[in-house]
Parts: sequence; C-alpha cells; structure tokens
Amino acid sequence: MNDEQLLRYSRQIMLPDVDIDGQEKLLAARVLIIGLGGLGSPVAMYLAAAGIGHLVLADFDTVDLTNLQRQIAHTSARIGVNKAVSAARSLRELNPDIVLDCIETILDAENLAEQINHADVVVDCTDNFATRFAINAVCVAAKVPLVSGAAIRLEGQVAVFDARTESSPCYRCLYEEDSDDATCAANGVLAPLVGIIGSMQALEAIKLICGFGTGLTGRLLLLDARHMQWREMKLPKDQQCPVCGTP
Amino acid sequence: MMIQVSVNNEIKSIAPATLLSDALQDWGYGDSKIAVAINQEFVPRSTYTERALSNNDQIDIVRPVGGG
Repeated sequence: MNDEQLLRYSRQIMLPDVDIDGQEKLLAARVLIIGLGGLGSPVAMYLAAAGIGHLVLADFDTVDLTNLQRQIAHTSARIGVNKAVSAARSLRELNPDIVLDCIETILDAENLAEQINHADVVVDCTDNFATRFAINAVCVAAKVPLVSGAAIRLEGQVAVFDARTESSPCYRCLYEEDSDDATCAANGVLAPLVGIIGSMQALEAIKLICGFGTGLTGRLLLLDARHMQWREMKLPKDQQCPVCGTP
Repeated sequence: MMIQVSVNNEIKSIAPATLLSDALQDWGYGDSKIAVAINQEFVPRSTYTERALSNNDQIDIVRPVGGG
C-alpha cells in the first residue's frame, strides 16, 4: 500500500479486525455485484469506498426517473444511462484507486458462470427470483460465497450462503423455484430500507474477504421496518436440496 | 385432546403429532412457495412429511422477498 492508501483507509485499518492485512485482502479482492438498483447502489458505494480492489458491476437496465427515490448511485442527469455505467461514474468519484468493470448485457448462463468463477464474493442485488436461483446454482457449483439481500415494501431479508463450507445451506434450501415475483414497481418500497439491507450486504462481504467475526452463514435475518423489528432464524442445509444436497 | 401452536403469532388448535405437511395443507399453504420455521429454525422442505408438531411450537410462515 502507498501512503495515500494508508491514509484513505486509515479509519478501518485501525480496527484490529481489519488491520493492514485485512486492507490488503480487500484491495486484492474481486467482487461481483449483480443488480445496481436499490440494494446494489449502497453495496457498490460502500465496497468502492472501503477499497475493494476490483468491482464488477452487472446490470442491463437503464436509469429511470422512478429509480432515483432509492437508487442512490444514480443521478437525475443520468436518466437513460445503463445502471452499471451510471454507478461506475459515482464510484469513480468516490474512489479513483480501484478497478471497475461494467457488464451492460443480460448475463447468460455462460457469462454468469465465468464471472462468478472469477469472483471472491458475489453480492446478489437482483429484483427477480429466476436470476436469484441461477446465481445461487452457479455459486454452489463454483464454491463462491454469496451475500443475498432482498427488500420490498417495508420488509427486508439478508443471508449469506457460503458454498466453501460443506454444511452451509444455499438459497434453494430456503426457497422453492417459481416463486412469484413481487416487484417494487407493483408493491412499492421505502428508500432507507434498501439502504439498510444493502449496507448489511456490504458489511458481510467485507467480513468474508477479511475473514473476521461471525458471518451470517446459516442464518436469515428478517426486518420488519414498520415496527423496526429484526428476527433471526437458523437455516440448516437441506440434505435433499436439489442444488446443494447430496444425491 | 388438542395441542396449541402459534402460526405467525395466531394460536391454532391441532391434533397431537400432526405432521407439518398436513398442517400446512389444512391452513391453506398447500401450494404456496413459502419457507417454514419452527421455533426460529427453518425446517428443510424435504422433511415436512416427517416433522410432527408439538404443543406450543412457534411456527413462522416466511414468504420469499425478491425485490432489489
């Protein structure tokens, strides 16, 4: 690390859990963020600011006026711009010290597998179940940890699935495929809720890379923002899971 | 003699040792894409037909959230 990096990251380097060693791990890490919307915005901004050395931003959608109420990596001037490209512009201003790659097309199965295989951590910030299950299956096969967040209305959920650990459950242990999509466009979502869930995803990604603390693997946190109540449920692996179970 | 369980904080009376799969059917969740936790621990879906419910079990029916 050079002097400017030591200064830029000094407030987290001074944490014994991070230290120089942890910051070097962050700078050496490659994180794939899929979806640069409500969750992906704070995830990308915090991970860029914290000095994740290489961020891959994937989103095929473009910025719309209705996104700006909560998708804080984008700006009014960038309506119509691809979301990965728009987010990268904000991140570049936050931190010129990191590598940013944008994927502006829909990730087909082949591209998804290639990107996940090259990632140290995948952060799922997508808005539909089909993509969530596809990401999960590749993360299990590639043994890459997955930080999963979701939010709608005033409800949020966050969990970590770490396929490097034999006993870890996967997203498919929790939910069945063909679940009905409830979109923010049809159901609404309150802005700071996605900030809370996205911030937790970024925090868990940093912990996974540095390797400190107790991760969220094997637990699901559920937030009821209307009453500001968190619940925690244990999530065991389903031995018969069609994705991660033993056949 | 019936036992009592709570389902999303609502008390329900059921026959002792009712299987989770049967109870879900009775409560109208038969075809729903949901996850079920008993006493703050999710039950693997493959064991719904083996899991017998006990008196005072706290059951949470959790719907998937997919928004981002």
